[in-house]
Amino acid sequence: MIVLDTVPSAALALVVGVLFAGGVYLLLERSLTRVLLGFVLISNGGNLAILMAGGRAGAAPLVREGESQVPMSDPLVQAMILTAIVITLALTAFVLAMAYRSWQLNGHDEVQDDVEDRRIARLAARNAPSYSDADTAETGETLDEEAAEVHDDIEESLVVQETAAPREGRAEGTEGAEGTEARR
Amino acid sequence: MLPVLLAHLVLALVAPALVGWMGRKAFWVLAAGPASAAVYALTQTGAVLDGRFPVEQASWVPGLSLALDFRLDTLSWLMLLVVGAVGALVLLYCSAYFSRDAGGLRRFAGVLVAFAGAMVGLVTADDLLLLFVFWELTTVFSYLLIGHYAARKPSRRAAMQAIVVTTAGGLAMLVGLVILGETAGTWRLSEVLADPPQGTAVTAAVICLLAGAATKSALVPTHFWLPAAMAAPTPVSAYLHAAAMVKAGVYLVARFAPAYADLPAWRVIVVVLGSATLLLGGYRALRQHDLKLVLAFGTVSQLGLLILLLGYGTQGAALAGLALLGAHAMFKAALFLVVGVVDAAAGTRDLRKLSGLARQMPLTATAGVLATASMIGLPPFAGYVGKEAALEAWSAEGDPLGPVMLVVVALGSALTVAYGLRFVWGAFGTKRAVPAPGKEAPAGSPQAPSSTPVQRQPLLLVAPALVLGAMGLVVALVPHVGEQLLAPHAALYPAGHAGHLTLWAGFTPALAITVLVLGAGVLLFWQRAHVERFQNALWSPLGADVVYRRWMRRLDDLAADVTGGTQRGSLPFYLGAILLALVAGPGVALAVGVFGSGTRLPVAADAAGRDDVFHVGPLAMVPFDRPAQLVVIVIVIVATVLAARARRRLKAVMLVGVAGYGMSVIFLLHGAPDLALTQVLSETVTLLVMVLVLRRLPPYFSDRPLAASRWVRLAIGVLVGLVMMLFVLAAPLARVATPISVDFPEEAVTWGGGHNVVNVALVDIRAWDTVGEISVLLVAATGVASLVFLRQRSGAVLRLAGRRDPGAAVAHADDAHAGRAPGGDVPAPPSGAVDPTAIRTVDPAPPRTGGARGGRGGTTTWIVAGPTLAPERRSVLFEVVTRILFHAMVVFALFLLFSGHNNPGGGFAAGLVVGIALTVRYLAGGRYELGEAAPVHPGLILGTGLFLSAGVGLAALLAGKQAIESFIIDLYLPVFGHVHLVTSLFFDLGVFLVVIGLVLDILRSLGAEIDHHAELEGAVK
Repeated sequence: MIVLDTVPSAALALVVGVLFAGGVYLLLERSLTRVLLGFVLISNGGNLAILMAGGRAGAAPLVREGESQVPMSDPLVQAMILTAIVITLALTAFVLAMAYRSWQLNGHDEVQDDVEDRRIARLAARNAPSYSDADTAETGETLDEEAAEVHDDIEESLVVQETAAPREGRAEGTEGAEGTEARR
Repeated sequence: MLPVLLAHLVLALVAPALVGWMGRKAFWVLAAGPASAAVYALTQTGAVLDGRFPVEQASWVPGLSLALDFRLDTLSWLMLLVVGAVGALVLLYCSAYFSRDAGGLRRFAGVLVAFAGAMVGLVTADDLLLLFVFWELTTVFSYLLIGHYAARKPSRRAAMQAIVVTTAGGLAMLVGLVILGETAGTWRLSEVLADPPQGTAVTAAVICLLAGAATKSALVPTHFWLPAAMAAPTPVSAYLHAAAMVKAGVYLVARFAPAYADLPAWRVIVVVLGSATLLLGGYRALRQHDLKLVLAFGTVSQLGLLILLLGYGTQGAALAGLALLGAHAMFKAALFLVVGVVDAAAGTRDLRKLSGLARQMPLTATAGVLATASMIGLPPFAGYVGKEAALEAWSAEGDPLGPVMLVVVALGSALTVAYGLRFVWGAFGTKRAVPAPGKEAPAGSPQAPSSTPVQRQPLLLVAPALVLGAMGLVVALVPHVGEQLLAPHAALYPAGHAGHLTLWAGFTPALAITVLVLGAGVLLFWQRAHVERFQNALWSPLGADVVYRRWMRRLDDLAADVTGGTQRGSLPFYLGAILLALVAGPGVALAVGVFGSGTRLPVAADAAGRDDVFHVGPLAMVPFDRPAQLVVIVIVIVATVLAARARRRLKAVMLVGVAGYGMSVIFLLHGAPDLALTQVLSETVTLLVMVLVLRRLPPYFSDRPLAASRWVRLAIGVLVGLVMMLFVLAAPLARVATPISVDFPEEAVTWGGGHNVVNVALVDIRAWDTVGEISVLLVAATGVASLVFLRQRSGAVLRLAGRRDPGAAVAHADDAHAGRAPGGDVPAPPSGAVDPTAIRTVDPAPPRTGGARGGRGGTTTWIVAGPTLAPERRSVLFEVVTRILFHAMVVFALFLLFSGHNNPGGGFAAGLVVGIALTVRYLAGGRYELGEAAPVHPGLILGTGLFLSAGVGLAALLAGKQAIESFIIDLYLPVFGHVHLVTSLFFDLGVFLVVIGLVLDILRSLGAEIDHHAELEGAVK
């Protein structure tokens, strides 16, 4: 038999509120250590919120011989919180490693503004393009002028004009002789 | 139709290999694909003529109403024939057109065949969504083909332009198709058209369809992409941009016109866009110098005419449109192929530089003239038959728009005649006195007829164009056959009288108009110099392509502004925005939901009899569950507030730790001993790890003048806190169903074989979740190690035997101050400038006076690696305590592990206890002690643990049970007596190992390796 009475406790709700308020206050800091501590506080608040969703306090969820008169507290939320606690530990270690690395590289553990984001915002404010794209730039060339420069990889494609004179005689041949592809 | 599609698919896939193997001759083989489509269409001619339209259906994605439905009716038959025949001829042409060593030919061949396949699918698809799939496929392949010469800027730009424009239209079309399918209740095209839905939504859908058709068929104002697409190789221009792809829009219009041509919106769009495109294309074609561009603008013009005819909605116009559609495919493809031959022979496509080619290339010229004759509507060619039928259709009926249409078509046709003649003259004519700037005509009299020198071209290159040109003549000689074949589709149109295809209809007004048109066209051509001057002098409005590019630039600017406005690069800004969104969105919604109605939230029946329930507004609550909670709660609240205010790192960490320990008491009082145990242990490890890292960081948080932002942060914090309070007060009361966990106690004993419900939930009932969660632990542990060790998963396991100088101690008394300025409390300059990995080769054990052996406590060694520490860092008391505690803790951990199934404990708690035992060893004896205590690689422990947990689950599968389902084995062993073994113990063992691995990784990284870094810095200094 588990607890089915879900009327929340005002005292616990107050703790949740304070943990979240304090956690968010620290989370919005720039120092990674403080961000981490804020995160730990928020995790505690979150765990408590899950606990409260399972209903009010009860006996420990251990099945004993003989039906107990006291209903046990909800085991499902406890299983969820238990893994959350250990994951918080792992995450804490990870952020600590980041703080240490940040200190190693910069001499402090503060989260700096993303330089690239700032650059984009600056350029946007000036209405300057944030990257150069020659393909979309206006060239002022007409299609005709562009087309004149474009040629396919054609068999024996030659710019004939440059070597016009020497070929004069050969070019006079009629197309009757066409059909022999093997000119090489 | 499916086999034909499959043939295309297979050929497209093997094309690259085939081209690699056979060279350009592979195109001969590849031509079999489109040829099979044409042959298939021809074999079905009889059936289609009889109205027995072949149908093939297969299901594909039923959930999306996407089916492989194909149907070959009259319109599809015509399109399939066009696509297949022209495709096969173009592929043959390719085998002679490209040079043997042309670049990218393998990819080109594959994409071109794939495009042909997509086109086959597009014209035969009988499912609305399938039609869209093939539609978009043609767009993508067209993009790849236009951009074939990716190194050239015009190619890239044209390809991008084409795909953006056609995809935009395609998306509009998708919207239209979805509306149509939803309204009709069926997604089969033929069924939708048999009983077309009506209504405002359908009108919108039809307009969307027309948007798709207009972009695909390059109607004004999106016509600009087609001339630019001439950057593609010429065979692509001939196939995609004359015969096939641009016809897709025409096909769509012809497909839907019988059902929707009577909508006023349809009529207006088709007439306006069609007429404008017809005239603009012809007008622009008159001033181009590049032969391909002359043809491209001509195609734009012709597409306008086709849309006009097929979308107009009368049977006569439709029949003329179908005839012209076929004729256009033949003559325009032929003309492009001719340009390719000319380009190959003379090396230029500029009609100002070409001269005298007719004499030198009579066959090519013949093909060009035949095709042009059909284009400008000379009898007895296919173009003439089609155009004559169009004029007939509009002049005969009492249609109020008829005369207008006649004028427009006559004007357009006159322009067609003019640019057609300009093309023939430009390509083949002999010109006098055309000294192109900088390029001198052959030596001799500049006034004499000059001729451009040419290379002879193989017959194979000329043949396809010749065939297509001749076909334009052949089919026109039997117009009644064409009428018989095409009339069934025209008969579907709702209005007008059936038209006729004929070469000679007597002296009709249409004939008069034709003569007039030819005359006007010849006049325009004759006065071409004046026309060109006139066009150049005329104020030309901004080109559509320039408008397009400026508009895209504006779009980029807007995107940059949005990015700049929202992506500030500041973590507090992002987090603040997210949290404020939490308050403004869910928070406000919650408050409105709770307080808005004014009624009290219901309370579960169990709580009704309790006397301590009181109400705050609609919310029911009790002051506390147990009085003892109040004490802890005060402690947690005070610790939290002080932690938020603390300026000293260590103080803040300690206060957060106090709050964490308080949490465990709250858990205990709530009736959750497992949580309390785990929380205490995890809080201890957290504290130790934090202290390990913080010894290297500056003692104070850097003091930033953030007075103003502090209040903002505080406000956000308080708001979030209030929202969460409201949430935890309202959420429990929102429960309406019996929770799933109500059966957990019974299930735990019966199926899980354990009495600790929480533990059984972890290792059995919700075991998959646990597998996921320990995977997260593994990832986090790997992340920690990578951030500290940088270049490897983690360093070698440190053993005493492996030390270089066993006698020397590694740790110095001044280690603790490494990285700090002598003053102690002032943050150090970035000592991290020295990359720790770079100096790892330095001997980590600098010589020092007096070995540990000779130091204090020399004779008795309480812990094995104690001597590696400097004497002043050793504590005999600590070593003794460690010696006594370590094994006791490990035994206690095993007890927790094995008893966890029935009593508080389990793998998580047991793993943490072992972790703490290892931490104690490390603190007492340094990193070699840690290596001696756990002489294994943490990655091995983590991997084994995860494998054990997940592997047990798979073993259950082998036994024919569900994954991770437990077995309960009750045995009687001689010494142990009755043994109650549940296989989920192995799962818990895996959890246990993963947690140990996690803590070990943390200790080795944040403890031992950071020690190492500190020593290296000391050594460098």
